[in-house]
Amino acid sequence: MIRLENLTKNYGSFVAVDDISLHVPRGVLYGCLGPNGAGKTTTLRMIAGILRPTQGRVLLGGDDVHVNPLSAKMRLGFIPDRPFVYDKLTGVEFLRFVAGLYGQEGDSVERRIAELLEVFELTSWQNELIEAYSHGMRQKLIISSALIHRPECIVVDEPMVGLDPKAARLLKDIFRQFVDKGGTVLMSTHTLEVAEAMCDQIAIIQHGKVVAAGTVADVRRDHQAGNASLEELFLKLTGGAHVRALVEVLGG
Amino acid sequence: MKQPSLWHVLQPKWRTALQRLREERDRGGRGKIVILTLVGSVFWLAVFGVLYRILKYFRGVEDLGPLFAGKLLGLALLSFISILVLSNVITALSSFFLAKDLDLLVSAPVDWLRLYLAKLGETLLHSSWMVALMAVPILAAYGVIYRGGILFIPYAVLVVVPLLLLPAVVGTAVTLILVNIFPARRTRDLLSIIAIGAAGGVILLFRIIRPEQLARPEGFRNLLDFITVLRTPTSPFLPSEWATKAIMGYLRHDLDPLPLVLLWTTAAAFVTLGALLHRGLFPQGFTKAQEGAERFIRGGFWRWTVGGLLKPLPVAKREFVLKDVRLFFRDTTQWSQLILLAVLVVVYVFNIQALPLHRGEPVGFFYVTLVSFLNLGLAGFVLASIAARFVFPAVSLEGRQMWLLRSSPLDLRALLWSKYWVGTIPLLILALLLTGITNVLLQVAPFMMIVSMTAMFALTLAISAMALAFGAVYPQFETENAAQIPTSFGGLVFMMATIALLAAVTLSLWQAVYTYVRAVYDGRPVVIDAWMIGWFVVAAALCAAATVIPLRLALRKMESFEF
Repeated sequence: MIRLENLTKNYGSFVAVDDISLHVPRGVLYGCLGPNGAGKTTTLRMIAGILRPTQGRVLLGGDDVHVNPLSAKMRLGFIPDRPFVYDKLTGVEFLRFVAGLYGQEGDSVERRIAELLEVFELTSWQNELIEAYSHGMRQKLIISSALIHRPECIVVDEPMVGLDPKAARLLKDIFRQFVDKGGTVLMSTHTLEVAEAMCDQIAIIQHGKVVAAGTVADVRRDHQAGNASLEELFLKLTGGAHVRALVEVLGG
Repeated sequence: MKQPSLWHVLQPKWRTALQRLREERDRGGRGKIVILTLVGSVFWLAVFGVLYRILKYFRGVEDLGPLFAGKLLGLALLSFISILVLSNVITALSSFFLAKDLDLLVSAPVDWLRLYLAKLGETLLHSSWMVALMAVPILAAYGVIYRGGILFIPYAVLVVVPLLLLPAVVGTAVTLILVNIFPARRTRDLLSIIAIGAAGGVILLFRIIRPEQLARPEGFRNLLDFITVLRTPTSPFLPSEWATKAIMGYLRHDLDPLPLVLLWTTAAAFVTLGALLHRGLFPQGFTKAQEGAERFIRGGFWRWTVGGLLKPLPVAKREFVLKDVRLFFRDTTQWSQLILLAVLVVVYVFNIQALPLHRGEPVGFFYVTLVSFLNLGLAGFVLASIAARFVFPAVSLEGRQMWLLRSSPLDLRALLWSKYWVGTIPLLILALLLTGITNVLLQVAPFMMIVSMTAMFALTLAISAMALAFGAVYPQFETENAAQIPTSFGGLVFMMATIALLAAVTLSLWQAVYTYVRAVYDGRPVVIDAWMIGWFVVAAALCAAATVIPLRLALRKMESFEF
């Protein structure tokens, strides 16, 4: 469903994403893990068509995002890590606007909006300007907007940031159901427990390169990690020495 | 506890400003600096040159000359402080109540006086730099004509500083009081008061100045009355009057320390009173500013009206236009300026009507046509300023939400199309009304009416396209306040490009219109010949090129945006 071929992104002389090739099959919840600044967000933004790759290409359901952007993007729902939305629109107006961007309108859209607002407990806020929403409420609204046109795949950057435990649980259930029905989710996260509990497959990215990919069991086997937890595996692959140094500094 | 210095409190601001300068230097290279210096120098020299000539003429008029010069300076300084009070009210709203650094400063153990002084300094700098720069060529002309010498420079600075400080304190105090009545974020009411106040201020200023009396000495019963009016200060309590007295006294070697003392003591007293007011009202106002964010929107006014009108359009375009209209009218920094705009348009039309063209003896057909023609250029300039304010920021304002537009299947052409027409249609209505009404007032011939209306139509399409395109080529994605976006380098380049277009189009049209005027003047029948048609075609081609090429460039630029 999502295929990255030799994807590279340079900012001047800095290589943010370095020749990444990855395949996320249909019906899979795929986790992208990595330390801060590893290149996860840049990769996801290239998949969403917001950034142009320096080299390589992104295919969504067979369509190149930068060659056939409209048909590729019709399949996609993107959820960014920072919930910037139009402050002076109300929640319901924002959802209607996003549906319009996907060419959808009418009663079915109104029903879908009501449904999503209900699921995310935003119904009582639907006619408030978004400027009054909390960070978590904005995040819920953006998640609703990514689901409004019933996408085939969802690309989501740090989905749990700002969500209360109830909403986080709800999101996990939504993603699982979405995948079970044949949808595809590619998400980046720092929360290893979330990745371990939710993801069917993972890729660990560091310095813009994929250092490990596959199921957690595959990665354990490939790196001879025995029964190590995902956290131990992650620290082993991304340099746990920093963490130990940090603990020493904080500990005194 | 030792309090941080004001310099330290403002550190994030000035460090950011320095960093921006560095980035500008790295990005734009020397070209930008050269253009800015060139434009600034030309502007300064023009102001200096005009004033130099006027003052030189005044100097030659015995007795009355210095009175005229003093009155002129008084009027200029009075205009400055009026503009400054309004500008400070608006700037104080954002620096004292909405700025991003306030959470940090208010939660840190910084005392109230330091916070007040730091924010007052920031407000003063943001709102007064343009007026301060404008004062330089004006005071320089006075200094040169009246041979003020090198010491006039520090003396003028000594006079101007309290003159800038006073409106900053007053503006800040007004904002502080208003925010305690209306929450800062619910500023629709607040800014409408400010805007209406400003409109009233402009009219009041006109009444105080009574410029028409000075222009028509024959209207006075005798010379003595005229001199009495010139000698009488506009108001003895106005700081601008004190500053005028201080400056003219120095220049005429008749130095009286009282005006300068009055300026500085009043400024000191105002800062003290302002600080006390801040201590009493700021905590509550700041709290209200946090609380006032919610606004419940019921019904779907725009959906039923604009949405209904746009029904035939594809849903993506329709929703995009609706979104833009909603955002415009819900953002007070945007729509409140429409009130001022309306006042300016009324003043413009009033001025045309006040021209002594159709009073008493019949005035030559040539002059009516000439004025109508100049009106075309002037109206074009007015439109360019409006486009700079309302159309130029359109792309920049999408910056933070561009993730949504770029990740959705919205065609960028549709986005550009929506932005273009949302800006152009109101501009077209205004342009045609402005030209039509002024032409009727001028009683122009049908030929000129058709030429100017058609030209204005084509020019508006081009000006709007250029505003949108230059806004896309020089985007300001980090600026949240739409009013600040046109004051950027890109805004300046846009204005220069538009003036060049206006000059080219009016020059081309003049060739055709001159043939017409000549025929009427000679009593020959007006024949629309190949020469006239040729120049009309040139003007039309210029407008068409200025519409299509910028829009194409804007599209290409938008396709390359990365976030």
